[in-house]
This record gives sequence, structure tokens and C-alpha cells, in this order.
Amino acid sequence: MKKDIILAGVGGQGILSIATVIGEAAMAEGWNIKQAEVHGMSQRGGDVQSNLRLSTEPIASDLIAKGGADIIISLEPMEALRYLDYLKKDGWVVTSNVPFVNIPNYPDMEELNKHLAALPNCVSLDVEQLAKGAGAPQQAANMVLLGAAIPMLDIEFEKIEAGIRRIFARKGEEVIEKNLAAVRAGYDNSIKK
Amino acid sequence: MKRLLLGDEAIAQAAIDAGLSGVYAYPGTPSTEITEFIQLREEKRGEAADKIFCRWATNEKTAMEGALGMSYMGKRALVCMKHVGMNVAADPFVNSAMTGVNGGLVVVAADDPSMHSSQNEQDSRFYGKFAMMPIFEPSSQQEAYDMTRAAFELSERVKLPVLMRVTTRMAHSRAVVTLTDEPRKQNDISRPEDVRHWILLPAFAKKRYVELLAQQDDLQKAAVESKYNFYRKGTTPERGVICTGIAYNYYMENVANHEERSVLKVSQYPLPVALIEKMVEDGAKEILVMEEGQPVVEEMVRAIVPSTVEVKGRLTGDLNRVGELTPDSVRKALGMEALENLAADDIVVARPPALCQGCGHRDMYKALNEVAAEYENPRIFGDIGCYTLGALPPFQALHACVEMGASITMAKGASDAGQFPAFAVIGDSTFTHSGITGLLDCVNSNANVVVIISDNLTTGMTGGQNSAGTGKLEDICRGVGVHPDHVRVVVPLPKNMEEIKNILREEIEYKGVSVVIPRRECIQTAKRHAKARAAAAKKE
Repeated sequence: MKKDIILAGVGGQGILSIATVIGEAAMAEGWNIKQAEVHGMSQRGGDVQSNLRLSTEPIASDLIAKGGADIIISLEPMEALRYLDYLKKDGWVVTSNVPFVNIPNYPDMEELNKHLAALPNCVSLDVEQLAKGAGAPQQAANMVLLGAAIPMLDIEFEKIEAGIRRIFARKGEEVIEKNLAAVRAGYDNSIKK
Repeated sequence: MKRLLLGDEAIAQAAIDAGLSGVYAYPGTPSTEITEFIQLREEKRGEAADKIFCRWATNEKTAMEGALGMSYMGKRALVCMKHVGMNVAADPFVNSAMTGVNGGLVVVAADDPSMHSSQNEQDSRFYGKFAMMPIFEPSSQQEAYDMTRAAFELSERVKLPVLMRVTTRMAHSRAVVTLTDEPRKQNDISRPEDVRHWILLPAFAKKRYVELLAQQDDLQKAAVESKYNFYRKGTTPERGVICTGIAYNYYMENVANHEERSVLKVSQYPLPVALIEKMVEDGAKEILVMEEGQPVVEEMVRAIVPSTVEVKGRLTGDLNRVGELTPDSVRKALGMEALENLAADDIVVARPPALCQGCGHRDMYKALNEVAAEYENPRIFGDIGCYTLGALPPFQALHACVEMGASITMAKGASDAGQFPAFAVIGDSTFTHSGITGLLDCVNSNANVVVIISDNLTTGMTGGQNSAGTGKLEDICRGVGVHPDHVRVVVPLPKNMEEIKNILREEIEYKGVSVVIPRRECIQTAKRHAKARAAAAKKE
């Protein structure tokens, strides 16, 4: 088993929470993990990314090579495309289609959607609406996205579920259930592999 | 026990497990998490007999000196900073090799090649070499853990500080780390027997320098024998690679199971000369040097190997001269084909960082820009922090930004040269870090400057650490001699815009040193505090 994942978004959106849950599930499996994060200046509303690498074999590099990523998971549609040259030819893009517009020259949304639709393997969904529909707060949109990526991660849904239970254990049953509902909503609206 | 830790956290945990008594640091990306990890642990632990001192220092120089004092008392101390912090701490750092240590002393410098969050790419290994100290450069989070513990041992054995050099991808990358089952207790107090080491009068220092030079052979031997350095002869030994720190990972990522070259992995310095000579003896005709940062080792290797051996690396263009290494740049240098990938999409535009919506710095810049525009040729000297982003659109307010504290002294120098109006914009934490002495210079020559201390009550850019001057800024300014009538405090909110602008106008027209302090809490820490208050209220 080896999965190289690029998590993308805008500073403050919560990409690292996705990494934490996947990391927790992977660690319970006894897999090796490397996760390179970006801290500091770019967290102030700039583009952020994290390289998450999982493998049953030892992992050397903290960074993923261009053409090495199996999947890009992005909380923002333009950010999903920023790292396209890191994706394998048959890799997946799983992204939120809700734009985060904090720059004056943000591309035309229709054009952006066309680019996403032209990708060989892409799941694009409104994570905020799905979170709402599942009765979860907007902050759980990242969990919806995580749910949508589960089929491409080769980690069973139950293992992600168990990871969320452990991570949110201290926050009480209500928080756990809302996060699980969000993950389930993403999973149900993704493509089954 | 196994834990998923950032490289920074692995260093912190190792220091704790090595019997640390104090960590001394000023926040700076990518080093901040080391101290925060220890602070969080101490906060959770509450009062303890073996409490670790972990309060933020005012700057890197005071941090280094505090740690040296703790080491003097026989206790183990850790100093952490970002690479440019080494410039601030350089005086005590270099001289700490002259005094030597009593308790183990480890100095962590976190370099930031590619300038993710910094103004330059300086390589801290130069400082270690310059001071003639051992340098450790781990290649994995596990090594960061193991080597930090080893660094304290080595420091106490050779009686010198050890410089631990990491870079962004080591500091800010997580991996599973196996921890020791047997954490070490803290040292007892033991004062140095011979204080002459610690008094760097010329008469004593001359002797001490000879001793330091004589120690270098022992340090070289330690590096050659270090288990963190190793040499493997390849199947094509005429080609060799030398990898330092995390460059080794990029090499291994690419060659995996089909390694042919001879390889020398270096994580402990001084550079192990005998291992490089072995590579040449085994037939190396070409050596590729891969290192994160500047070509420190590449230059040294050129001086070690015969001129018939071709040395390649960043200086020859085989690797990128600027920026961090990547699996891709290393792959190219090894002469391997790039992986098949999708093409980049040109619809993507840059998304630069920006001041948060609702941030007080925004209101400060709005007022300042409007008032400055009333003058023919205003100059605004900026400083290091979130508010450096005022240089970018929409404000584009700054005319200079160099290093911590330079806003005040450069505004003064410009004023001395005839500039009017001359403004300095500096944050509260940066002001106490390096601005106070500059303000005293201004007062002593009655410089015609307007110093704006944009006070958000925290060290914002690094994530909201306590700021040394909170609650003290007016006293400090008056204390160094700024006239009390010209220390003005305002609340940076849109509703106060006219008042702020009028105060700025008055202070520009005052012929002397003015300090204007726009004060409003950072909205990030304000949100965090509101959340904590709500949680506490819920509990009750």
C-alpha cells in the first residue's frame, strides 16, 4: 500500500484537520506516514498545501515528486488545479466547488468548472451545502470533502470513522456525530470505486 | 512509545527526555513549534518540582544568553530560533564556544530555504563552522529525536554548545517517532570549578582559544565515528554523492533499490574528511554534493579532494542555486527522467497572503496612507511581522523593510539625511525585540520621526505568542525619553479614522520624536480568546 496525497486550500480553511484524520487512521494500521505542512506567512489567506504520504514501506522524502501524487484533495476549486503537475496521469482530484474569492483576478467560475470537468478523474462537490444537509456546521465542510475522498484512499470507511471518534473523543458525542454525518454525506455523494 | 510528531516537536520531546531544565527562544518560522510544544506540556503538567523554564524571551540574543546562564549552573538548556535570529544571537553564540559550557547546551537554528516565511536564505551551518562548534543536521524526524538527545551528551562531553541545524521540511513535516522508555532526569546544580573560562578577558581568552583549536581534532574524530554519518561504496564507485541532512531523503526517494553510486550521508559536522577521502580512494572521479541551503559542503569538498575529481552541486548548476531541494531537482541532477505527470493548468493565478479582514493593521495603514499622501515625498520604513504585508496591495504603504527593528533606525537615518516626513511602522513584539535601542538613538539626537507601534497585543505572524511589551509600551517609550505629550494611543477602527489621521498630522508637524500606538487585539487571538471564554462559561 502506498498513497501520496496533496491537500490544498486557502490558509485557515482547515486542510490540516483532514490530514489529522487520515493520519490517525493510517497510524492505527501501523503504516508509515510523512506529512509536510506549511506554517507561517502563507497561512494569512494565501494558498496552502500539505503533502501527506502513507506507505506500508519506509518513506524517504517528505515531499511528493511531480507526477507522484495519487490524489489531490482540495477545499477550493482553483487551488485544486494549482498542483496538477504533481498528479499522476491517472490520479484523482477531489475538490470543493465553492470558490474562496479573496483576490481581484479570480478566474471565471464557469471556465474553472470546465477545466475541472476536463480532468480524467475528478469529483467536484458543494461541501458546504452537503454539510448543511447533514445537519453539520459549516466548519465540518472539510469532513465532507474527506468523506468524498475515502473511495480513492483505499482506507475503509469504518477506519476513518474510528479515527474521527478517537480525535474528537474529548469534544463529546454531539461533535463526533456531526463530523461523522459530514463524512458520510461526502462519502455517499462521491464516486464508488 | 510511538508518536506522530513534527520535526520541531521531535526535537522538543527529545530535549524533555534528555533532562532539559530550560528552553529559551523568540518565535520565528519554522522554529516556533519547538518551544510551544514544551510550553503546552508544562501548562498541562502544572506545578512540578522539575518544572522546565519555557517563557518566551524578548529576542534571540537574550534567549542565547539566558541559556548560557542556565548551562553555567550545570543544567541542560535549549535555544531555538529561525535562521535570521542567529544574526541577532551571533555575539553570545560565537562567544559561547569560547566560554564553553557546563550543563549541556543545544542551539537549534531552523533555516528557511525558498524563503517560505523569511527575507533571506542564509545557511546557519556557516555560524557553526565560524564558531568551531559541532553541528548536527538530522535527516529524519527520528534522527531529530535521537540526535537532540545525543547533542546534549556530546555537549557535556566536549564542553561546547552543539548547533542543531534543521530546515523547513524537517521542522514542519510529521512522521512516526519512537521515543525512549527511559527519560533522563534533570541535572543537579553545579557551578563551574574554573571561572576563568567564563571571563573572556584577553589574558584568559587567548588561552581558551588555543584550547578550542586543540579540540577540533577530537570533534573531527567524533564526526568520522558518528553513527549519523555513514559511507557506502557503490557498484559504480567512480561516481559518488554526498548528501547532508534531508537531501539524503531526496536521494533515497529517487534511487530506492537501484543505487549504484557511492554515497556519503552527513548529519554531523565538522565534515568527516576521512570518509570523503575513502570515497576518492574507492575511485570517485565525480562527486555530486546535495545539501539544503547554501553550498557550504560543496566548497569544502573542493578543498579536500584532488583537482582531478570533478565536484558538482549548486555551484556548478547541476542543482538549483536558489531555493530548497526537491525530489524533482535531485532527480534531474542524478540524470534521471522526470515522472509522467499532468500538465500544469494556466487558469491558476497567484494568491498572495494578506492581512486578515478586520485586522487593526488595516485601519492603521488606511489612516497612514491618507495622511502621508498629503506630503510631497513621504517615506514609510516597515518592519518584520504581519504588517509587512502592508507592502502588498491594497495598501502598498512601505518603502523599505529589512530586519527586526530597522524601521525606527532607518527612519532616523533617513531623517538625518533630510527626509521629511519619515515614518517607522513596527509591531509591538518587534519593537521590544529590537526597536527600543533605536528609539533611544532617536531621542538622543531629537530625530524628527513618527514611530508607529502597531500594537495587536501579540506576536501575530508566528501564531499569536505572548508579546514581551504588552501593557508596557507607553512606559518604555517615556522611559527612553520620548516626551509624554508625544506618546499617543489610538484605537484602530474605521469609526476613529478622522481622530487617528488628525493625531498623525499633529505628530508629523511636531519637530521631534513622536510615537503613535494604534492598539487593538489581533483578531485571530481575539477569536481564540472568545472561544475559550465561551467554553469556560459553558463548563460553569
